[in-house]
Amino acid sequence: MIKVEKLNKFFGDNRAVNDVTFEINKPEMIGIIGRSGAGKSTLLRIMNRLTDATSGSIFIEGRDILSLTKKDKRVWQKDCAMIFQQFNLVPRLDVLTNVILGRSNIQSTIRSSLKLFTKAERIDALMALDKLGMAETALQRAETLSGGQQQRVAICRAMMQQPKMILADEPIASLDPLNARLVMESLRNIHREKKITVLANLHTLDTAKNYCDRIIGMRLGEIVFDDVPSSLKDDVAREIYGAEAEEAFEPTVTSTSLGDEKFAEAG
Amino acid sequence: MQSSLPKNLIKIENNLKSLTRTRSIYSFLSIAALIAIIYSGLIVAETGNATSIWVGLPKFFDYPIDLFVGSWEYGYRWNLLLLEYLPDLISTINMALFSTAIGTLLAFFLSIFSSRNLIKSKTTVLIFRRIMDVCRSFPELVIALVLLYLLGKSALPAVIAIIIHTAGALGKLFSEAIENVDKNPIEGLESCGASWFTRIRFGVVTQALPLFLTYTILRFEINIRASTILGFVGAGGIGEQLYTNIQWKYEADTIAIMFLLVSTIIALDYLSSYWRKSLIGLKS
Repeated sequence: MIKVEKLNKFFGDNRAVNDVTFEINKPEMIGIIGRSGAGKSTLLRIMNRLTDATSGSIFIEGRDILSLTKKDKRVWQKDCAMIFQQFNLVPRLDVLTNVILGRSNIQSTIRSSLKLFTKAERIDALMALDKLGMAETALQRAETLSGGQQQRVAICRAMMQQPKMILADEPIASLDPLNARLVMESLRNIHREKKITVLANLHTLDTAKNYCDRIIGMRLGEIVFDDVPSSLKDDVAREIYGAEAEEAFEPTVTSTSLGDEKFAEAG
Repeated sequence: MQSSLPKNLIKIENNLKSLTRTRSIYSFLSIAALIAIIYSGLIVAETGNATSIWVGLPKFFDYPIDLFVGSWEYGYRWNLLLLEYLPDLISTINMALFSTAIGTLLAFFLSIFSSRNLIKSKTTVLIFRRIMDVCRSFPELVIALVLLYLLGKSALPAVIAIIIHTAGALGKLFSEAIENVDKNPIEGLESCGASWFTRIRFGVVTQALPLFLTYTILRFEINIRASTILGFVGAGGIGEQLYTNIQWKYEADTIAIMFLLVSTIIALDYLSSYWRKSLIGLKS
């Protein structure tokens, strides 16, 4: 289904992504772990075509999406929704418009520029927002929301794209534990309900182990681990994280695990 | 203290020291050069003047005093002069408004193509920046004088001159505003497969609009002054009246016209901060 082959990305002498090859044969929830600068973000950005690869190819249903240009490239970008660490919403637009803009690929430019959205689009957007408990904020400006709320809006926008897969670049790294958990759970629900692949860069190990069916470990741009979470031994994980191991193993740092006590407080 | 530092840090520390020294030497040299230039300029100006600046300085306030004394003698009918010159003020504002509107549109177009974060081709950016440089480098007065010679006395040469200058000057400011917008929203839209136009419409314009508006209103203010000055050389409007009245030494009329101009600028200042606040949502 998805086949990444000998993917390389060099920034000068620095090999951000080094000879990466892997396959995804069924809809899976995959966590990519690794320390900062391991090439996780670059890999996702190449898949979404935000960054060009130096060499290699990515085949989706037999088609090399790295060779797409212009209109075809944008159609592919619509098919593979991306979620960012910094949410990347348009801060001065209201939430509803932000969500509807997920459809901008299939809207005509003139229509979307004048914000002439159809009733169906508005209804879809509201339904998506309602699903994540954000419908009440529909008319608020995106910049007035908290980080966790913005990330949920970003997920709604991604769902408006009706994607065939979702890429999430450190989706919970800027969130508090409660919101991190909400976001990870909605990503997992989307994966289960829509039966689409979710590929998420995660910084903490326990999040990856809790939510993912498969873990890919990256180190210095290379894939050093690719298997089910249960076979990831602590010493291998320590090697993947290197100097950042303590932080990654510490579940209280930007992670989704909540003590019962904390959860009761927040709720 | 140095002895306690590790070896590799001593080297950095030494580099830092010599860097700081070079920097302060350069600052000192530039300040010295600046003082020399200002002083020599003063000498040149002094020798060039018909009368020495020290003789002329006490007479500096003679004319303003004449103006106020003249208006006082004119009496209470001075108010009516304001009404008399209002149509001229409106025609000047019209000139400024029209040329600001057209100039801003051109500036917006130019600024998009000269912003490095929107245009990948370096040549395009370079070409459009040079176009703006050229538009900006000629003062309105120079362009207007040439056009007045070609097109004859009317408002049109002034309007064209202001449009050209506005496009260049505003375009530069606009493109700086564009280059400073947060790139994340643009990237977010790109990741949805939005077209280049949509990315600019929602990712860039929404972010840069408050700055665009402030710059445009500021430019409108400048353009009112510009069209007033261009009235001096025959473009009509309140500038021409001001020029004539100064020539004829009609003090009351001169003061009335100045009063109109200053009030317009002050009103515009209030209006601009009001618009800006409501646009960025401080007021709601």
